[in-house]
This record gives sequence, structure tokens and C-alpha cells, in this order.
Amino acid sequence: MQPDCKNINLIIDGVPVSVPEGTTILDAAKKVGVKIPTLCHHPDLKVRATCRICVVEIKGQRKYKTACSTEVWEGAEVITNSPGVQQARKMVLELILAEHPQACLGCLRNTKCELQALTAEMGVANKNRLKKTVKVLPLDDCNGAIVRDASKCIQCGRCTEMCQEVQTVGAITTANRSMSYDVTTAFGKKLRETTCVYCGQCTTVCPVGALYEHDDTEKVWAALADPNKHVIVQTAPSVRVAIGDEFGLPAGTFSEGHMVAALRRIGFDKVFDTNWSADVTIMEEGHELIHRLTNRGVLPMITSCSPGWIKFIETFYPDMLPHLSTAKSPQQMFGALVKTFYAEKAGIDPANIVSVSVMPCTAKKIEAARPEMNDSGYRDVDIVITTREFARMIRRKGLDFCALPEEHFDDPMGVASGAGVIFGTSGGVMEAALRTVYEVVTKKELHALDFKAVRGQQGMKTAEVDLDGTPVKVVVVNGLKNARKILNEIREGKADYQFVEVMCCPGGCVGGGGQPVGTVRKTKASRMEGLYTADHKMNIRQSHKNPAVISMYKDFLGEPLGEKAHHLLHTHYTPREQQ
Amino acid sequence: MPKSLNIVSANCGKVTPGNVEEYVRAGGYESLKKALSMQPRAIVDEVVASGLRGRGGAAFSTGSKWAHLLEVRENPKYIVCNADEGEPGTFKDKLLLEKDPLCVIEGMTIAGRVFDSHDGYIYIRGEYRSIQHSFQKAIDNAVAAGYLGNNILGSGFNFHLHIMTGAGAYVCGENSALLNSIEGKVGRPRIKPPHLAEVGLFQMPTLVNNVETFACIAPILRMGGEAFHAIGTAESGGTKLVCLSGHSARRGVYEVPFGVSLRDIIFDPELGGGIAGGKELKFFHLGGLSGSIGCPAQLDTPYSYECLVRTGLSVGSGAVVVADESVCVVDYLKGVLEFFLHESCGKCIPCQKGIRQMYTIICKLSEGKATQEDMCLLKELACMVTNVSFCGLGQTSARALMSAWKHFEPEFAAHLNKQCPAGVCKL
Repeated sequence: MQPDCKNINLIIDGVPVSVPEGTTILDAAKKVGVKIPTLCHHPDLKVRATCRICVVEIKGQRKYKTACSTEVWEGAEVITNSPGVQQARKMVLELILAEHPQACLGCLRNTKCELQALTAEMGVANKNRLKKTVKVLPLDDCNGAIVRDASKCIQCGRCTEMCQEVQTVGAITTANRSMSYDVTTAFGKKLRETTCVYCGQCTTVCPVGALYEHDDTEKVWAALADPNKHVIVQTAPSVRVAIGDEFGLPAGTFSEGHMVAALRRIGFDKVFDTNWSADVTIMEEGHELIHRLTNRGVLPMITSCSPGWIKFIETFYPDMLPHLSTAKSPQQMFGALVKTFYAEKAGIDPANIVSVSVMPCTAKKIEAARPEMNDSGYRDVDIVITTREFARMIRRKGLDFCALPEEHFDDPMGVASGAGVIFGTSGGVMEAALRTVYEVVTKKELHALDFKAVRGQQGMKTAEVDLDGTPVKVVVVNGLKNARKILNEIREGKADYQFVEVMCCPGGCVGGGGQPVGTVRKTKASRMEGLYTADHKMNIRQSHKNPAVISMYKDFLGEPLGEKAHHLLHTHYTPREQQ
Repeated sequence: MPKSLNIVSANCGKVTPGNVEEYVRAGGYESLKKALSMQPRAIVDEVVASGLRGRGGAAFSTGSKWAHLLEVRENPKYIVCNADEGEPGTFKDKLLLEKDPLCVIEGMTIAGRVFDSHDGYIYIRGEYRSIQHSFQKAIDNAVAAGYLGNNILGSGFNFHLHIMTGAGAYVCGENSALLNSIEGKVGRPRIKPPHLAEVGLFQMPTLVNNVETFACIAPILRMGGEAFHAIGTAESGGTKLVCLSGHSARRGVYEVPFGVSLRDIIFDPELGGGIAGGKELKFFHLGGLSGSIGCPAQLDTPYSYECLVRTGLSVGSGAVVVADESVCVVDYLKGVLEFFLHESCGKCIPCQKGIRQMYTIICKLSEGKATQEDMCLLKELACMVTNVSFCGLGQTSARALMSAWKHFEPEFAAHLNKQCPAGVCKL
């Protein structure tokens, strides 16, 4: 609480309570142990108050007020659950249900649906007294990352808020009025034909099953069942602090050991770590930065690990593409190396390797499918599944996640540094890069490895690092609205940064579009904490000191930015039209 | 007490619309001259004293609105005139815009002077296309004559007026939706608070008043706030333009002092002149479709904000739709709900989906297919839509239904028994 912040005294359901000025009735009610139902409300999004299910009665006032949007005032007497309020809420819910398919059993969000939970809580049996009008709308499932089932949409507006205000992509919008009012894309086009960057943030805020990830788990099961295939898996840094959510562990629990065990039990032949290739990314990207700094290259250089961000800059700022690092993302570096370096080392025909990745991200599916991502001579990454799909596989396999004995990743692509693990949070790539760049440039040992200025959930974080007399200004942004801001500054010549980290999703990968449903700011903070703690506990916390990376360069790649590295680990970008 | 007056509509039909010279000769712009020499606070005091209440329908005290905005420190402030006259049965703003545009412009200019605002917007509904042209001419004339634009009457005060228009959505008459529409956004209402006086047009403090409200400003400054107030009743200062339509013998706009009876308005030979064709009055619908329906037993109620509210009626926009005995109340309500169904912006669940369900039931009733359970459901829906909807559109959409139900319960019951007493519904 800020020092100048006043406290407000009010009564909720007969219980006196004191809360800071500006608190909503919804939050104040939590303090007296009352959970007011909500649907359109989301703690991380602007209040819209359109579903009206959170109405409460105020003593002395004729009209009901929405708890999500109304701030408390001195002396207010709130009744959260009068018979009139209950009746109105039930009616609102009935109105929604009258236009909802209620096909719960076949829905991906079954048991994880807010509408379903609310219906159960409020005891609205299917009374059938209202006119049923369920629109049957075509399923948009052709893009390979995000599925939009408009028939299930309850028009809460969370996704439009996310897409327009937080990500400034504007692929999803509202159209028409009255009965034709619709949450849709421009002119009802398929997502593939819009500016959608596949960040998947809409899928994390959708309260029902109207927006969800393209499920690729069947492809994984099929590969695992094929005796001729050698199926390997890589797991992104942030998955290990998020997967536990799905199995009741406290938010941010570092469950790497359980996760690795689960993947082995599912049947993967090798369980590797994307953290390893994150270290490789730092080797390439760090050297690219040094090269640009010393050879008057295009500056600032901007990171390129976040595929939603890549699609964003390709679509909205194609003129800025030379700023992007040519280094591939850790997922794609891993993919290119698994079918070359690993195949050679293990003596396996790369044609028989199926490379699977577990990612916090829906855009990673699109990244793996980009036509140029076949530098190994094969598809570098064959199948991408999100944290949510991974959880589904664990359940289907019948594994008791928390009871599994903890196991370790396989060698050699399972050895990683602390720099690799923090890739999962906003600021992590920057911090990891600085830890390496400093030592490479100054040839001195870096003692203070923590760059705290670039940590946390703020949208924009800046820092200045002294590289032996050369000051380097860096900025870290997360969320595409902030990315847009920084790009505008760079374009207008108002930014004098040398290095920029951009993560598409607010908070970075810990808040990725493929993370468990229900991820909010608080969850992300716990996950960040989990990653930094893991980093802190590690002996090796700098990518260039990772022995598995050093030997890979020695035995296989040669030098960072060398010819082989250039061929396998770097890429190019494609300007796209804004349809 | 006279039953009709010419205070706000004094120039209508007497002065060539938009002709500055004639307008000035008729006493026009005297108030602006006066305002230029007055302190803003003093002008607001006059408006407060006048007892003027918003003529668009919400009837909020104009004085309080102005006084509140005067306290807001942020600049620039914008003056917006709501000329999106979309309430069915209402055409009094049309009269003012057509016949006396300069009076509206003068009112807005005075408001501009009060709030040191340099830009005003008048949002004229899309259907009033020709008025947009004539109003623009009036603006141009006022600018040419030095009453608008830069350095008004040599005072150093600048005020520019811009015409904006929508595409015919009723909900844009809701002030915050109207501002969204001016900004080029979709015309859907905003969440409040913040109030428009703090965060209005282009996120700046904004005054939004109705056409008739602005037209009252010049007369108020001319005659003094108290004198204006004295024309009406204790809580309803001044006069009101009422719009008689439907089965009225003399349909049109009349200016009446507050306090005349509904009977006077509908039956006085100088005003409504009774029911066309000598038929009996069955009901009247006050204030537009968002208002309540009244029955002949309420005819002696004085036409004022306070007296009407006590009998469950309201002044609203000033519409008085008169229906004779040939009208079936159920059939009429079907039309009312169809209107709201068409005009709901759709963004909130109760309004979008609730009105649709109400309309479904009223259709069933008019077809003789409704059951007692349907009627209970209808009541529940109406109650929920009224209490829970996001904006005034939904909150008032069931007002006609609920008031009519009270007065004409037997007629509703007859429809349940597959009978339409007026012989309108095909059962």
C-alpha cells in the first residue's frame, strides 16, 4: 500500500471491512471470504463489465452494481447475494447457456471451463425454459497453432482485449450489434488470413473452449508407437516451472525431475533440454552482437527467439528486419543439431529421428513449420506440443506426476548452464547474453552474474553495462504493445540502445500462450522466481562455460558464427503483408 | 397559466433559419454578448438557478453538470451537443436544428466561453442528412458575422464548431457511445466511472448536452435563471418541447410550460386537440420507447419531472405517442421490443440476449401461444434486463412492457386465452 493511500471502510454482507481506496467490490469481498462470480473479468485485463454476472446490491440504491468495475466508497453497504441478485445472476447464466452448445464431454476445456464451473456453482440446471439458439459456426483449425471454435464463444471480450490492447495485433475484434454481435476476425476471415501472430494469449484468457491450441498429441503418440522411429524430446526452460500447475503443485514449483521422468515413462527414447541449445543460442547471438558492435553493424540488435514476435515484426515492421539477430531460436537450433550433431554421434539415421519439443508457446508450432527450418536436411523439429498438451499426455498415460521419482536429462544435449534456464522469463536472454558477452569482450571474469535491472514483469526494463570502457545500453521488453513502442522509438531514431530483448508474451515464456489455463501475473511471478532460484543453485551459470556446448563446438561446429554454425544455426526473415 | 409558450422555440418559423442578421434583430446573440462580460461562475449560477434539467431524456440537472465540469482543472475541455435524436416519437431537436440553428450554436458558444473550450462538436444523426447541410451554413454564417470562430466579437475568445455524424445507431444517443463514435470508434457505451466530465472526448473533460438543453441557455441568460425557473414548477424549470404523434388529432411539436396536465397536452385544442377521428384514448407513451406507458386515469397528472415520476411515468425526450382504442397493447409492445432488439449494441449479455428472449415471448403472446410460465419468465427477464444491463438502453428497454402490463393486465390475460380484444393479433 502506498503511504498516501487512504483506507475505506465498508460493510459487505454484514461484515465490516477496511480496504485501500480504489479497491473494487470484487476484491474487497474476497477479504471477507466471499467469492463473487465473474466471467468477463480477468485480473490482468482492463475491466469491461459486460457479462454482468458479478452484480451486487447496494443498500439504498435501486440499481445493481457490477462488483468488478465498482470501487468501494466510505460507508457503502454491499449485499453480494440477495435473492434478487441471485435470480439476476442465474438468469444471465441461463441466457448464455441458451446460446451455448453445452457439448462439454467432447470439449478440450472440459473440467477446466469457467462457464461449466459457474453453472455447477450456481446450480443452474438446464431448465429449457428459454428459447435455444445455438449458432453452428465453422471451426477454424487450419493454421496449425490456434483453433477458434466460435460456436462456443460467450462474447466475454477477454480475447479481443488481449489481442487489441495488450498485444496490439488486432486479429480478433467485435463486430455487428444485437443478436449479430460477434467476437470475430476482420470480415470473418480465418486466423491464417489475418495479422494473427499465433502468440496464443487469447487461448490463455478464454474462459471456455472457443480458443485453444491445435492439439498435436496424437502425432506424438503415433511416433512413439512406431518401432522404427527414434523419438527424442526437448523441453523449453519455462515448462519445468509451469507443468506442476496442472497437477496441483504450487505455482512456480521447479519440477524438472518429475517432468523428465514423465517424459521417459511416456516413451521418449531420449529426453533432452532446450536449455542446452539456449546456451548455444547465446554463443551465436552473443558473438553476433560483438560482431555488430565492432563492425558497425545494424544496431540495436534485437533478439529473435520468440516466434510470435518474429511474425509481428515481419508483419507490422518489415523495414526493421535487419535489426533482428539472425540466430535461430533455441528450439530450432536444437532441431538442426539433433538431426546432424546428435545423429552423427549416436550413429542414427536422421531420417528415423522424430524431433519433438515441449514448449510454453503456440507460435512455436508455426516456427517449426516455417519452410526454411530444414537446414539439417530434414524437418528440424517435427512436432511441437504445448505445456497443456504435455499435461494431457501425462494424464492419458495415467502417470501420477508428483509421485514420479525425479530423473535427469540425457547426455549430451541435456547439460545446461544457469544462463539457459532463465531464457524462460523476460530479461533472461538479455542477462544470459551479458554474462557471456562481458567475458568474451573484456577477457575478464564477471563476478556479479545477476543483472537484476532486467528482471521482473515490467513491460520495459533498461540497463547499461560497461564493457571495459565501452558502455552498452540495453532494453528488455515483453508484450507486443511494448515491442511496438520500442520499435517506433528505434524507427524514429529516439532510442540509443545497442541490444534489445523482445518477448512476445507478457512476462516472457513463463506467461506463454501454451502455458496452463489460469496463468495470471501472480503465477508468472512465482515461475520467474522458480527459474532464478534454479539458476542461482547451478555451478555453471554462463553459456560459454557449459562443457557440453564447448565440446560440441570443438567436435562438430567449429567456431561460433563459423561456416557450419552459419548454415545450421542462423536464418533469415520474410516481410509479410498486413491483409 | 398559459398552456403553450414560445420561449425556446420563439424564433422557429419567424426568423429565416441560419440568417444571423434576422436572428440578431430578434434578440439573438444578446446572451452571448452578456456572457462574454460575465465570469464563468456567474453564468453557471444562472444555469443552476434556472432549474434546467437535461432535455435529452435523462433529466440530469444541467446546473450541476456545468458546476461539476467547472471544478475540473484539466484542459482542453470539449463541448458536445447530442443531436442524435433517435428516440422514436421524438422530433423536437429536428425542429430546433432546422428552424433555429443559431440558438443552438449560441448556447454551445456560451458553454464554450464558460469552460474556456475552443472546440465544440455537434453530433447530428445520420438520418438528418439535409439538416447537416443547413446547419453547416448556419455555422458558416455565424463565423462570417464574427459570432463564432476566432476572436468572437473582439473578445479574444475562440470557439470552433464541428459537425459530426453517425450511421444511424440508436445507442449512439447514449453520451459515451456518442463520444466513441465521434472518435471514430465503434459506437458502444463506455464503462463509467470515469465520468465524461473527467474523461470524455479524446480522453479530455467534456460537456455533453442535448440540442434543446443548449437552446435553453440563451433564453436563460436573457431572462435570468430565476425567471426561467418561475415558468415551470418547483423541480422542473422552464418549458418543454413536446412531440405529439400517433393518433393525436394535431401531431407536432409544442412548447409547454412545466405544470400543464397531460390532459391539456393531449386534448387542448391549442395543443394535441384530442384523438384523431373522434376515437377514444387508450394509452399514451411518454418520453420515447424507453419511457413508460400511461392510461387515461393518469391524464390529470401535471407534466413535470417530479409529478410524472410519482405516477411511474417520465418526461424523457418529450415524446407523447397517443394510441386510440384500435391499438392492441400486446401488438404495440411487440414493436417496442423489436426496436430494442434491433438497436442493442450487443456488448452486454442481459441486453443482447435478454431482449431477444423477451421479444420471443411477446411474439408468442401475440400469436396466442404463450403460457402462464412464459409470463412469469417474461417478468423475470424484464426485471433482470432493467437491473443488470450495462447502459440506459437495456435498463429502459422493459419500461414500456412493465408499465403497460400494470395498466392492461386483462388484455394480457385475454391473449393467454387466445383472444385479442382490439382484434389486431392473429390468434
